[in-house]
Amino acid sequence: MDNNMKKMIMLEHYQNPLNHGLVDNDGYVKINMNSKSCIDNLDFMFKIENDIIKDVRFDGEACAISTSSASIMTELIIGKKIDEAKEIIENYENMINEKAYNENLLGEANCYDEIYKQPNRKKCALLPYEGLKKAIEKSKVN
Amino acid sequence: MNFKEDFPMLRDNLTYLDNCATTLKPNSVIDEVSNYYRNYCANAHRGDYDISRIVDDKISSVREKVRKLINASSSSEIVFTSGATEGLNMVIKGFFKDYLKAGDEVLTTKAEHASLILPWFDVVNKNGAIINYIDLEDDLTVTMDNIKKAINKNTKVISLAHITNVIGDVRPIKEICNYAHKQGIIVLVDGAQSVPHEKIDVKDMDIDFLTFSAHKMLGPTGVGILYGKEKYLKQVKPLIEGGGMNAFFDSLGNVEYKELPEKLEAGTQNIAGILGFGTAIDYLNELGMENVHKYEVDLKKYMVEKMSKLQNITMYNEKIKNGIVTFNVEGVFAQDVAAYLNKKGICVRVGNHCAKILSEVLGVKNTCRASLYFYNTKEDVDKLIEALDNDNILYESL
Repeated sequence: MDNNMKKMIMLEHYQNPLNHGLVDNDGYVKINMNSKSCIDNLDFMFKIENDIIKDVRFDGEACAISTSSASIMTELIIGKKIDEAKEIIENYENMINEKAYNENLLGEANCYDEIYKQPNRKKCALLPYEGLKKAIEKSKVN
Repeated sequence: MNFKEDFPMLRDNLTYLDNCATTLKPNSVIDEVSNYYRNYCANAHRGDYDISRIVDDKISSVREKVRKLINASSSSEIVFTSGATEGLNMVIKGFFKDYLKAGDEVLTTKAEHASLILPWFDVVNKNGAIINYIDLEDDLTVTMDNIKKAINKNTKVISLAHITNVIGDVRPIKEICNYAHKQGIIVLVDGAQSVPHEKIDVKDMDIDFLTFSAHKMLGPTGVGILYGKEKYLKQVKPLIEGGGMNAFFDSLGNVEYKELPEKLEAGTQNIAGILGFGTAIDYLNELGMENVHKYEVDLKKYMVEKMSKLQNITMYNEKIKNGIVTFNVEGVFAQDVAAYLNKKGICVRVGNHCAKILSEVLGVKNTCRASLYFYNTKEDVDKLIEALDNDNILYESL
């Protein structure tokens, strides 16, 4: 994937995010992700049933990296089992943190493989996945 | 004065335009801090040996420099704090919490910084006082007319910034104090954005309480000043007790505090920071506060002229005379603008700038803020303008 292609993927998901807009339905785990270090502020809703992520919705005010990353994440994890989602999270985090990872698991999220060059933006790329981790934790408690 | 020589961070690849957040430090301040740790690192109030006496003398001399800077009547009205935030908390929670009774009113505005608003929220929850907001004009400024309209018989305190940190409007503090005092109202002024940028005279303005931070005026972080008229300052209860502030205590719980200002300075102070602050004041005095203000106003004028030619920029405070330009780039989230500018070596602040209620009035939640200080140049402004004159900011921010 060349640099322009990566940016075009991010822009497309930023300007036309998937699964955008919250729904007024029961059965969702709600998570607000208000970044401590910047102004990204996203609300997520996760529907987790029988160990499977059935649906994800998100909305809020956030930068292009954070918003596109959230959109791509929804694409990656809807329909996945919790264990599969955890594997995606682990590989995604490894990619962001310049560790070894399996790119075959990350689909379009591979567009962030050079975000480490902008250290300030790493937290933006990670924010949605932090939300997903919280949702998985919360769904276990419930 | 040669700023490039004096400020080690003024290097070619960095354009620092976030001076409302903190300012760069000159070598003289850095050296003074280091000098304390290297040559006479002793605690204060231990005058039995030479190096401790030197520390005491130096702290006293900085207190006197601060007194002169703001023209207070006495150096006992100058309390060292950890910063403007602590000073505001000390006054609001250590004085106004008891001074105000249920139903008394606090006047403030929706443009204030969290450090001023949050302590008030806490206090009115406890004592039953009420917060009222002065109406802001369309350009977000505060007028005497609106203040007069907001005052009623229950108003006991007006609490606001002299200059706000988002749009930088200058409040008519002298007129406010004059009018307020006739009605028996006390005025608490947050000077964090004004004392570093213009000459403040607490006697001429007749300010009752004033707080500010050293790091926003060339000094080290972790040091600030609380000024209070003696008649009020002596009523401020210490929120923190400990060494250095008590004159006597016994096993029965009898405690006697020291006089002002030590009474409000419990524990070992940020000695290195205080001494560095003294050197920062020397530097500013050499420049002259009037010159600082004039230079910033002129440089902002230059920036506004250039920026207004850019079609993609909306400015929110172009007419206000100071060194702050608050703006957005059309179609680009403020944080993406800052990330893009960062790639060009330009530091600006984005967000709500700790004034979270202001978005209710301003109509936009997040903005970019370029804030100037006397060491910024037309070249810095040109660099910012050149970077913003680009239709691909969003793409290039990624």
